[in-house]
Amino acid sequence: MPESSPRVGLFVTCLVDMFRPSVGFATVKLLEDAGCTVEVPEAQTCCGQPAYNSGDRANARALALQVIEAFKGYDYVVAPSGSCGGMMVKHYPEFFEPGSTEHDEALDLARRTHEITSFLTRVLKVEKVGAQFPARATYHDSCSGLRELGIRNEPRKLLASVDGVSLREMTDAEVCCGFGGTFCVKYPGISDKMLEKKIRHIEATGADTLIAGDLGCLMNMAGKLKRMGSPIKVRHVAEVLAGDHETPPIAEAKL
Amino acid sequence: MTEMSTITFKDNVTKALADDKLQFAMTETGPRFIAKRTKAREALPEFDALRDQARDIKDHVLDHLDIYLETYEAKVKETGGHVHWAETPDDARAAVLEICRKANAKMVTKGKSMISEEIDLNQHLAANGIVPVETDLGEYIIQLRNERPSHIIAPAVHLTRDQVEADFRRVHTHLDPKRDLTEIPALVEEARAILRQKYLTADVGITGANFLIAETGTSIIVTNEGNGDLTQTLPKVHIVLASIEKLVPTLEDATTILRVLARSATGQDFSNYTTFSTGGRRPGDPDGPVEYHVILLDNGRANVLGTEFQDMLRCIRCGACLNHCPVYNAVGGHAYGWVYPGPIGSVVTPALVGIENARHLPNASTFCGRCEEVCPMRIPIPKMLRHWREKEFERHLQPTSMRWGLGLWAWIAKRPALYRKATALASRVLANQAVGKGRLKKVPLASGWTEFRDLPAPQGKTFHQMWKERRS
Amino acid sequence: MSAREMILGRVRAKLPKGPEGSRREAVERRLAEHAPHLIPARGQGDIEHRIRVFTEMMLAVGGTVEAVDDINEVPHHVAQYLRGGNLPAVVRRGADALLARLPWHRGGALEVTEGPAVDADRASISHAFAGIAESGTIVQISGADNPTTLNFLPEAHIVVLEAADLFASYEEAWTKLRARLGEGNMPRTVNMISGPSRTADIEQTIVRPAHGPKNMHVIIVR
Repeated sequence: MPESSPRVGLFVTCLVDMFRPSVGFATVKLLEDAGCTVEVPEAQTCCGQPAYNSGDRANARALALQVIEAFKGYDYVVAPSGSCGGMMVKHYPEFFEPGSTEHDEALDLARRTHEITSFLTRVLKVEKVGAQFPARATYHDSCSGLRELGIRNEPRKLLASVDGVSLREMTDAEVCCGFGGTFCVKYPGISDKMLEKKIRHIEATGADTLIAGDLGCLMNMAGKLKRMGSPIKVRHVAEVLAGDHETPPIAEAKL
Repeated sequence: MTEMSTITFKDNVTKALADDKLQFAMTETGPRFIAKRTKAREALPEFDALRDQARDIKDHVLDHLDIYLETYEAKVKETGGHVHWAETPDDARAAVLEICRKANAKMVTKGKSMISEEIDLNQHLAANGIVPVETDLGEYIIQLRNERPSHIIAPAVHLTRDQVEADFRRVHTHLDPKRDLTEIPALVEEARAILRQKYLTADVGITGANFLIAETGTSIIVTNEGNGDLTQTLPKVHIVLASIEKLVPTLEDATTILRVLARSATGQDFSNYTTFSTGGRRPGDPDGPVEYHVILLDNGRANVLGTEFQDMLRCIRCGACLNHCPVYNAVGGHAYGWVYPGPIGSVVTPALVGIENARHLPNASTFCGRCEEVCPMRIPIPKMLRHWREKEFERHLQPTSMRWGLGLWAWIAKRPALYRKATALASRVLANQAVGKGRLKKVPLASGWTEFRDLPAPQGKTFHQMWKERRS
Repeated sequence: MSAREMILGRVRAKLPKGPEGSRREAVERRLAEHAPHLIPARGQGDIEHRIRVFTEMMLAVGGTVEAVDDINEVPHHVAQYLRGGNLPAVVRRGADALLARLPWHRGGALEVTEGPAVDADRASISHAFAGIAESGTIVQISGADNPTTLNFLPEAHIVVLEAADLFASYEEAWTKLRARLGEGNMPRTVNMISGPSRTADIEQTIVRPAHGPKNMHVIIVR
């Protein structure tokens, strides 16, 4: 790790950018509090996962190149998402011939890219955040973060240090919530059935707050909870760790 | 026998989700199998290392499959067995029928065989005056219902006890209608008594094969009930149905893979009966089949070799991926419309019946990755599913609206300046629509989302807009 | 072209080429060496350890196990076992020399019939080729000595297992088999049996028996 303040390029993610910038700002706060200098390259849009998972390899590759280019020169690239993080770390290199410059650059990006909670704990060795956030919470493990990036203990460790958060584990925290990108609109019935099971497990914990690290999952679960009339508040882990009470929970309006 | 319904996947799913009995049956299924596998894995420290070895064994076999097939065939013949090569289901059915005819068979017993499902064997035998009797309890039950198995190792997992009782009463009309069948052991006992007579009088016994061993010309079956053994031991003729990728080189190789099979499937360290069969009766054998036949089926597997789909041929049909799949657990096996359900079914089916006939299967996945996590043979299932989506994309098989929508998204995303404007606009429009509520109940073009959930509203400005504002 | 030629041709066409000789060599070498892979530690240990592990695993699946020090005690234990299970004092065996030699008169009124099992047989006795501690497994070989039907038709299957044949892992059983029959040779059937028959096909509820024996009783002779 560089001696001086690490220079971090923030990968905003398309969902955070369009639907919930507060997650991005919370991420910036966490990084700056931990001593990083944060920049937001203009030339970023989407990591390319929607194209990739739809079989459109050409466009996925093109977007990968765009991201690689935009994030050259940063010590680290940090995203508030295990899904986009996983795309960049695990899949970008697959687009390029081993031995080619592009492949080397993809590997280089992969080495520098992290999801936010993972970056804080594994790289910056942050043990606690100084936030206050009263919540009886439960945590959902988003699939890509868990299975592609191995993120499980990191968010829990940091949440344990938040003053006021008590965490209760749900049954099947590791089971998919039914979002899956376009899956939830291509096969809404199946998605809803998976959601139903997830919601039941959430409610069974008695939690008043649901936390996760991926906005796609969070929007999926929040949307269902609100449709059901549930009072459970849904938040991104970065927002809780940054102590953001100002922003209304996902799918709720300012009162 | 049921027709293939992979094309009507969406209708199958709608039916499955509304089927209360199915949903009840499926609630317990996944968690039970999952808990058992977890326990077995935790009880054997070497488990994950064995998975790696199992994968390597199969990769080696596949790379040398032609030589192993020749070696295997020679060994079978050496021990007095017969090998029949079948390119298509038709060839396989014809070969089985001929053997049965030569044996003057009127009734044949069958151990569980997915290959026999794949080639629709029972239908063919019945149409030719030979009665096939399934002996695996789950297979027997679904045979009574004229259904396909809904799970690779537990064929009747989609049924509840009372459904089985109803079927037994409907079909076993020779028994006292007042008999008590409320307890599951009573049902099993009834099936045992009926099937015992079949074992003893069958002319031919047909089984599948979990593995074929090249070193010795041996076929292996793995069961718990003992039905496979009674099926293959008592009649004069034993027919083995196996696809060509079932080969393993040696007894030691088979042993290593067997160590991960039962643990992954049912959580047992070893299945109750693991049987190695080589040829027919030897001089001095007082029991056992006289004739031993192996039908080697290709049916599309050779075409998969050397392609980006080759890894699917490592599958040992344990069913672990099904058990851990949230999609399978939501809709059950029949929704997949053909022989092989669940994650591996979604990889294998397009290879065997064509992606144009099965395009929904690889699409009905969130790529959660649990299947790959538990596969004893380390098959990268999400990667294979994505490859199928790529094939689909290349062939323009996706709905046009989807292709256009995603194409437009990518087109804009490749142009950051334009993207900034488009997203700022969308954010503002949607935020305005949701004014005061924080969410939207209806959104044009997004009925797939809003049918079941609200759409959280954007915050009104994009992150990039706000970042710029805060910086200036 | 036959189906055989078509299939082999298709397979060959899709596989990595390499000098043909070297591919065949690789296969032949692997077959000749038949090297074992990772063998779990579980069954490894002295005979007492192996008996303990075997017994634990067999009991866990509803089998029963007893150990005797003198092989001549076996007939008495067989008679006792049948009485305890309310079974008639009749047991079917094969031509196995060890079983044939036993002092069956010590089983009291116990009647011993010989040959492959028939439908009416309610109990059988076989002499195990091997036992496997790792999974509580019995290995039986087909043939006149211990006909295969003894393992499956009767409702009670009694097995005599000599302690020296109770191996840690399956690999040792293969070594013993190769020593007896020669490289690459197998009997018609090798049955690896790890308990009484069972099924969980109805609502995932385990029921014993399914189609095979309801009970399995192993007598280990030290």
